[in-house]
Amino acid sequence: MNSVFSNKTAIAIFVLPTLLIFCSIVLIPIFVSSYYSVLDWNGVGKGTFIGLENYVDMFTDSRALHSIRNSLLFAAASIFIQLPLSLLLALILASTVKGEGFYRTVYFIPVLISTVVIAQLWSKIYNADYGLLNTLLENIGLSEWAQDWLGQKKTALVASFIPTLWQYIGYHMLLMYAGAKSISQDIFEAAKIDGASRVRTAFTITIPLMKPILKVCLVFSVIGAFKVFDLVYVLTGGGPLFATEVPSTLMYTTIFNTYKYGYGSAISVFIILECLIVTVLINKFFKTE
Amino acid sequence: MSSVETMLPKKTHFIGRILLQLFLAIVAIIQIYPLIWLMFFSLKDNSEIFSGDVAGFPKKFLWSNYAKALEDGNVLTYFNNSVLVTAASIILVLILSSMTGYAITRMNWKLSNTTMTVILLGMMVPIHAALLPLFMVLKNLHLLNTYWSLIIPYVAFGIPMAVFILGSFFKGIPREMEESAVIDGCGIYKTFFHIILPLIRPAIATVAIFTFLSCWNELMFAVTFINDAHYQTLTVGMMSMVGTYITQWGIIGAGLMITTVPTIAIYLLLNKQVQKSMIAGAVKG
Repeated sequence: MNSVFSNKTAIAIFVLPTLLIFCSIVLIPIFVSSYYSVLDWNGVGKGTFIGLENYVDMFTDSRALHSIRNSLLFAAASIFIQLPLSLLLALILASTVKGEGFYRTVYFIPVLISTVVIAQLWSKIYNADYGLLNTLLENIGLSEWAQDWLGQKKTALVASFIPTLWQYIGYHMLLMYAGAKSISQDIFEAAKIDGASRVRTAFTITIPLMKPILKVCLVFSVIGAFKVFDLVYVLTGGGPLFATEVPSTLMYTTIFNTYKYGYGSAISVFIILECLIVTVLINKFFKTE
Repeated sequence: MSSVETMLPKKTHFIGRILLQLFLAIVAIIQIYPLIWLMFFSLKDNSEIFSGDVAGFPKKFLWSNYAKALEDGNVLTYFNNSVLVTAASIILVLILSSMTGYAITRMNWKLSNTTMTVILLGMMVPIHAALLPLFMVLKNLHLLNTYWSLIIPYVAFGIPMAVFILGSFFKGIPREMEESAVIDGCGIYKTFFHIILPLIRPAIATVAIFTFLSCWNELMFAVTFINDAHYQTLTVGMMSMVGTYITQWGIIGAGLMITTVPTIAIYLLLNKQVQKSMIAGAVKG
């Protein structure tokens, strides 16, 4: 029996191809990126070793700092606007209302759609002349509010946040809903007998018991904000005048438009570290709580 | 029902419920209307869109927008490319990950736990990290502008989640199933492919859905590794199409609809399973 399940050839056949492709495509490139990040290199020939200069440049370059600031603002918007809304919807739907399944299905639809489609769609919504938003404003008599949402610096950043917040509300809602549903019904029965109100039950019982899933949502939304690329790249390309630039779009243009391979790699390493650190911090925070 | 409701007069209770439904319905409209609007304008011509009635129901359905998008706009090519790349990635992810997940969770060897940990670490790696190194490797291997330049990275980045999901299913299978198979004279391969794999069909569906969504919608690799329109997938193709038909919203809308319809169709058919997949993908510990 045991010999069948410790068949070395079978194990090798089952595991080695996966490990080979995984290591060469996922793991090793991290180290290669780290190596590139200490080079001054334009992709042709050999780069010159310059130590941490690329990182120093990044933290003194106002364009890079601005992109980091944008991603932090984006993370904050996800935490303080998107997650509470998702939580509210999840709690309502988990408390057995009419149409529970229907609403859950509908709220989730945007999550499945390609970010490129979402971005194109919202660029049409924001369109200055014929967009849905301006048409709506004109129809309700607020035509002086109508404007070129993506074309001007003061509105572009917020306008580029909204589609992602909108798209992933349903995702976090679904995760939180699953978390709330997995709580034993007995606890709610007990709370009801004790005369606790719905709101009180939510704050003192449901939400504390949902901590594990709330942690996951928090990690996902913050990391998602740090990594955001598709939407900004398609919607504004980082413009106007870098107003909506985030680290990943800066990384992309640095590498593929200006051929600063070393500096671009430093930005990518920064993004990885940022994600790693924030995951560890959030996990710590939830443990000590 | 909760006690707030029993303590309050019936009327407030009733109004409260109406308000709650109203709130849920408004959110539903906000979440779904942009897509309905997309469907509307994909069936309109410019004169209708730009005459001020951008929001309403199309006067008559202009299906020719779809024909134009598919043929002149190259969307048919992009669509076929997306189908090919996505299908190949799903199949390879399933084959590799089910074998590896099985070997790690059910077979006896020293490094099984280490291997699992290393693979699971991959879930933390953002694709940004691999972009430039992969670009250089693919360039040197002359694989840029081929389907492989997308399939290989999609498979590699799909493996960690798939091994995780499949592995946790394998763990739940009772030992007796395998033991009786072996007693009946099955070797390891027969046990795995004929006895075990059919048992984890739900997990296979979960992984397939998950992989489908991530490949079908992926942009960063697709825009970097392929610039030949002949091999472009839908996400990148949409970007170039928008550039070409900049003012023809109807045709752009048709292209966006064609990109979206397969996903929505799968969702409407398998909506419980899709929701489960997304939850399984998130709850990894």
